[in-house]
Amino acid sequence: MIPSSFEYSAPSTLDEALKMLNALGDEAKILAGGHSLIPMMKLRFAEPGHLIDINNIPGLSYVKEEGGYLTIGAMTREVELEESDIAAAKFPIFLDAAKLIADPQVRNWGTIGGNLAHGDAANDHPAVMIALDAEVEITGQDGARWVSINEFFMGFYMTAVQEGEILTAIRVPLPTGKNGNSYHKNERKVGDYATAGVAVNITLDDNGTCTSAGIGLTNVNPTPLKAVRSEQALIGTKIDDEAINIAAQYASEDCSPSEDLRGSEDYKRRVVKALTKRMITKALERAN
Amino acid sequence: MEIKITLNGTEMTAEVEPRTLLVHLIREKLSSTGTHIGCDTSSCGACTLLIDGKSAKSCTLLAVQVNGKAITTVEGLLTVDGLHPIQEAFKLNHALHCGFCTPGMMMRVVELLEKNPDPSEEEIRWGISGNLCRCTGYNNIVKAIKYASAKMRGAELPSTEPEFV
Ligand SMILES: Cc1cc2nc3c(=O)[nH]c(=O)nc-3n(C[C@H](O)[C@H](O)[C@H](O)COP(=O)(O)OP(=O)(O)OC[C@H]3O[C@@H](n4cnc5c(N)ncnc54)[C@H](O)[C@@H]3O)c2cc1C
Ligand code: FES
Ligand code: FES
Repeated sequence: MIPSSFEYSAPSTLDEALKMLNALGDEAKILAGGHSLIPMMKLRFAEPGHLIDINNIPGLSYVKEEGGYLTIGAMTREVELEESDIAAAKFPIFLDAAKLIADPQVRNWGTIGGNLAHGDAANDHPAVMIALDAEVEITGQDGARWVSINEFFMGFYMTAVQEGEILTAIRVPLPTGKNGNSYHKNERKVGDYATAGVAVNITLDDNGTCTSAGIGLTNVNPTPLKAVRSEQALIGTKIDDEAINIAAQYASEDCSPSEDLRGSEDYKRRVVKALTKRMITKALERAN
Repeated sequence: MEIKITLNGTEMTAEVEPRTLLVHLIREKLSSTGTHIGCDTSSCGACTLLIDGKSAKSCTLLAVQVNGKAITTVEGLLTVDGLHPIQEAFKLNHALHCGFCTPGMMMRVVELLEKNPDPSEEEIRWGISGNLCRCTGYNNIVKAIKYASAKMRGAELPSTEPEFV
């Protein structure tokens, strides 16, 4: 399968890329790792007239701690996050997720920015970033703005990145106090997209009372889902069995999975419930 | 569009359309047919090669994306001294039947062993999770990777006798 014809540019600065994007309008598409876009172009689900490859722009690939945040450059490859010591020390959730995203070859090319910008509820980083309460930096010709992850996913393949803009970075608040985070997804085979996935991030005070909770769900809703009622069910509790059961029940009720080859709606709700329990328990273990 | 690459140590230029997939450039224009096309959907790994030392699926990359980079294919494994230790290990351990997956599998193993010279069985199985083999059932591939790892580290070589399980 070969994509339909298109023009190709590989600008070497962000300014140049933004200028091109603005001049070309909706004919242009950004090419990051290409591991979502190229398969779609090969199937002719996407037929952009012009690809703007941002791989040659320096300074978009990094993982660093800065001003109370872990900041990740948009062009950081999955493998770079997987191998980052800073991420491993405070965010084991990234390692949980990385191991389950596609396979090593795909992770050598796929980028964290692309994984979010694709706007696909089947991708794993959206739920992880929702749990971590991330913010996304979007840069346009007039400068950059930070958008909460909760306002980022606007619909099927639609995000807050507007025409003429580039997603440039992602940042997550560094954990304070006793913090634990975890992610798991059920997959039919290695490299498959999630049947359902659950990301959990919790913070406890010195008495073991939950002061904040983030829960994100993968592939059980038209957009990546923040399980708000489940989060609320944990905050203020000691995260005992009762609180965990309530949170898991809410998650299974509040998602809206559709039946497909990966399972029926009912099955997926049950997977969400089971995984929510397990991920809260794991995050709690990691926090303690 | 003209691109410049180094293929198995040789610098060259190639004229490609932006939509040309890397695997087609390698196989059809540059006649290196050791790199295979299996699924054409980034699932099987038969098209795996190295780009600046990192394994990648060449059916899911545009040739223009590797402009200025160094590509190593299975043809680049052979040295003046003969087979690469990974090739030798696959041969001695019966790690192939039809051989269709083998070039991609071995190119993946090059990077796997470079990052992790002494991997456990679990690490090996995760490490080759992007490569499908429909013949061997993987056990002999895992065995071959253990053998190659020992050989490359200068450690004692495991037995190549068949195991009956
Ligand atoms: C076999 C296979 C299995 C996979 N399995 C999984 C999986 O299990 N879980 C998972 O999460 N993902 C999976 N993926 C997807 C993979 O992780 C992708 O690489 C990722 O979703 C997209 O990242 P990319 O850098 O390749 O983006 P691209 O494919 O380059 O881009 C995707 C989209 O985002 C836009 N875009 C990219 N970067 C930017 C930016 N900085 N600013 C604005 N727009 C941008 C592009 O224009 C395009 O529309 C799989 C892919 C393959 C091929
Ligand atoms: S042909 Fe590229 S992964 Fe199967
Ligand atoms: S040896 Fe036949 S597919 Fe692997």
